[in-house]
Amino acid sequence: MDRHVHDRRRFLALTGALAAAPLLSACGTGFGGDDRDEGGGSAADDVTGAFDWKREKGATVKALLNKHPYTDALIADLKSFTEKTGIEVTYDVFPEDNYFDKLTVDLAGGRASYDVFMLGAYMVWQYGPPGWLEDLGPWMRNSSATAAEWDREDFFPNLLRADQWSLKAGAPLGRGGQYALPWGWETNVVAYNTEVFRRLGLKPAESFEELRELAGVIKRKAPGAGFDGMYGIAVRGSRSWATIHPGFMTMYARNGLRDFTVEGGKLTPAMNSPEAVAFTEDWADMVRRGGPPSWTSYTWYQCSGDLGARKAGMLFDADTAAYFQAVKGASPASGKIAFHPGPKGPDGSLATNMWIWSLGMNARSKRKSAAWLFLQWATGKEHLRRAALDGDHIDPVRRSIGRDGAYRDKMRHLPGFIETFETVVDQTKIQFTPQAQFFDATTSWAAALQEVYGGKSAKSVLDGLADDLSSKVG
Amino acid sequence: MRARPALRPYLLILPALLLTCGILYPFGLGLYYTLFDFSAAKPRPDLVRLHNYETVLTQDAFWHSAWVTVLYAVGAAGVETVLGVAVALLLHRSSLAGRVLEKILILPLMIAPVIAAIMWKLMLQPSVGVINHLLEPFGLGGVQWTDTPAGALLSSIAVDVWVYTPFVAILALAGLRSLPLSPFEAAQVDGAGPWYTFRRLTLPMLWPYVMVAVIFRFMDSLKVFDIIYALTEGGPGDSTVVLQIRAYLEAIRFQRYSFGISYTIVLWAVVYLAAMVLVRHLGRIQRKAAEVSA
Repeated sequence: MDRHVHDRRRFLALTGALAAAPLLSACGTGFGGDDRDEGGGSAADDVTGAFDWKREKGATVKALLNKHPYTDALIADLKSFTEKTGIEVTYDVFPEDNYFDKLTVDLAGGRASYDVFMLGAYMVWQYGPPGWLEDLGPWMRNSSATAAEWDREDFFPNLLRADQWSLKAGAPLGRGGQYALPWGWETNVVAYNTEVFRRLGLKPAESFEELRELAGVIKRKAPGAGFDGMYGIAVRGSRSWATIHPGFMTMYARNGLRDFTVEGGKLTPAMNSPEAVAFTEDWADMVRRGGPPSWTSYTWYQCSGDLGARKAGMLFDADTAAYFQAVKGASPASGKIAFHPGPKGPDGSLATNMWIWSLGMNARSKRKSAAWLFLQWATGKEHLRRAALDGDHIDPVRRSIGRDGAYRDKMRHLPGFIETFETVVDQTKIQFTPQAQFFDATTSWAAALQEVYGGKSAKSVLDGLADDLSSKVG
Repeated sequence: MRARPALRPYLLILPALLLTCGILYPFGLGLYYTLFDFSAAKPRPDLVRLHNYETVLTQDAFWHSAWVTVLYAVGAAGVETVLGVAVALLLHRSSLAGRVLEKILILPLMIAPVIAAIMWKLMLQPSVGVINHLLEPFGLGGVQWTDTPAGALLSSIAVDVWVYTPFVAILALAGLRSLPLSPFEAAQVDGAGPWYTFRRLTLPMLWPYVMVAVIFRFMDSLKVFDIIYALTEGGPGDSTVVLQIRAYLEAIRFQRYSFGISYTIVLWAVVYLAAMVLVRHLGRIQRKAAEVSA
């Protein structure tokens, strides 16, 4: 037997070495390569001289976008950006179900596949601390990099503040780096079917107690009044962080409740306080009495769709979720949907939680100057006005568009839309405590809500949730 | 010139070796990461050695997920095996209907499980879903399929059964068609009845094929993610959070990479052990089947 050919030990040694090589090299590769220069200044400092839209002519910016009407309006207008700057924009669009997974994996991998991307303000709490987001503050302050007409004072102040954070858990928003720019947003209010309200002689609820009662009444009486299969109120219920932030968090905040208390920089879960337990029981009871069947699978798609399909008498969610059903020809209920700020808290509070579709820049982008030109164009007055008038880019993040006559004319046919927006806009802000474990906390909170809905004791479920979160978040 | 024949075996094995390395690399890297506390919040992690495994194994959430995973795997693989073998026995009779059904049977296998789950989610929707619509005449129209913990788990298993029973049936059918004829002819000559023939001949000789299907389905069901995530996202509450979903949430959604990977390594160990036991059992069954056919 030829030893060179069939020596098993030699072969195993060779195989072992080959298999171990990548493992050993892996040891040297680090963890996602967070090797950025933390002591260095911003790339914005490199931009000097007079501002020029054509400064990066010939460059290409790559964008990661979520499938959304705002995105459609942006894509439709990209040509004007290229004409203005000479910069080409390439983009990938992903549906919301896997958009954030794609973005998270891309950023965590330490790549610069995308220069700019859509994100929510809550994502700043997750993507900011590891250093994945460019601080846009220095870009905004540099008059060589930013056009005078961009006008940061024109943004609703709550929105700019929502994307600004010091990266410290529990620290209030509005201080520290500007990690994204508000681009489109949603305030959470009640939209209702005017036809069923008229036929049953109902009025929008002014208190949470009235809302619960109203939801039950609609579910009981609407089917007999010609609204086959209609239930009272559509609210989200899936086991996802997204269940907590719209209607639930809005009503929770209006009741003066907090998710965490912050003392000396330490966060203590507060969703198991006696008042929060009582509120959670009431919310679950409202869903049982007047909510949708199969509530635990309800996302905003189902909630919005049910309002449009005349299956839901009311919707407590983003105003845009109702808007897309209310516009002419969009759904069987279009023309019969009105807006209302929703129930007030016991002290008359209309504190409202919000979602902001923001635009951020990859801290690893190699084309930051071009990316910044894109961001200021996309959040600028010119594009946003066109997107609001020609597309469905509402609610406006800029005050000038909210006041714009043409925009108001466009929205006027939706009963109560403008009035509701103006009533809640100053009280709409992020009602959560900023912290990096936001998605874990709110996903677990949604799971807890499902358990309470299923009949478990709210106190024991929320105590368990608070116990779990105190070790993760505190 | 002498080196060439000496190298040939290594060259022949090279593709397999590269493939093995391609598998080992991420596995090794994953294993390495579990020794640290690597997360988005801590991109420069500390070595924590086996602390992640300790935390995983002492968490109530882990044991709950492990229990749900086992329930799911046993339930899905068990029902699929019984149904698959039954369907194979029916199709084994050579008839036109059998041949047509055989082709139709493959259809669910051609649908991606996640698509099947989304499709079933719509069909199981209580108010507009077709299932409740069909059950309405029997007074069963108001079933909230995925709103209760038991309902959600059973619905997920039902979707798995719908997708994968054909896989078991096709394997069992292939097995039935490859069985030797002589033992059956001998049994017929001896006057053995159909039940006796099935129990003493068909089943023992078919077992190795069925066992292969069971191994595939059981291991696959232990790793389930797509069907449950698309149908219930792990809810209501934590009732359908299987180990893969827990690992996904920890590693991707909550960005605790090391901790999330620890879940997958534990799951890998469970699947590996289960596979070892089942494959050993398969060997015994194969020997027994050989004795029967002899």
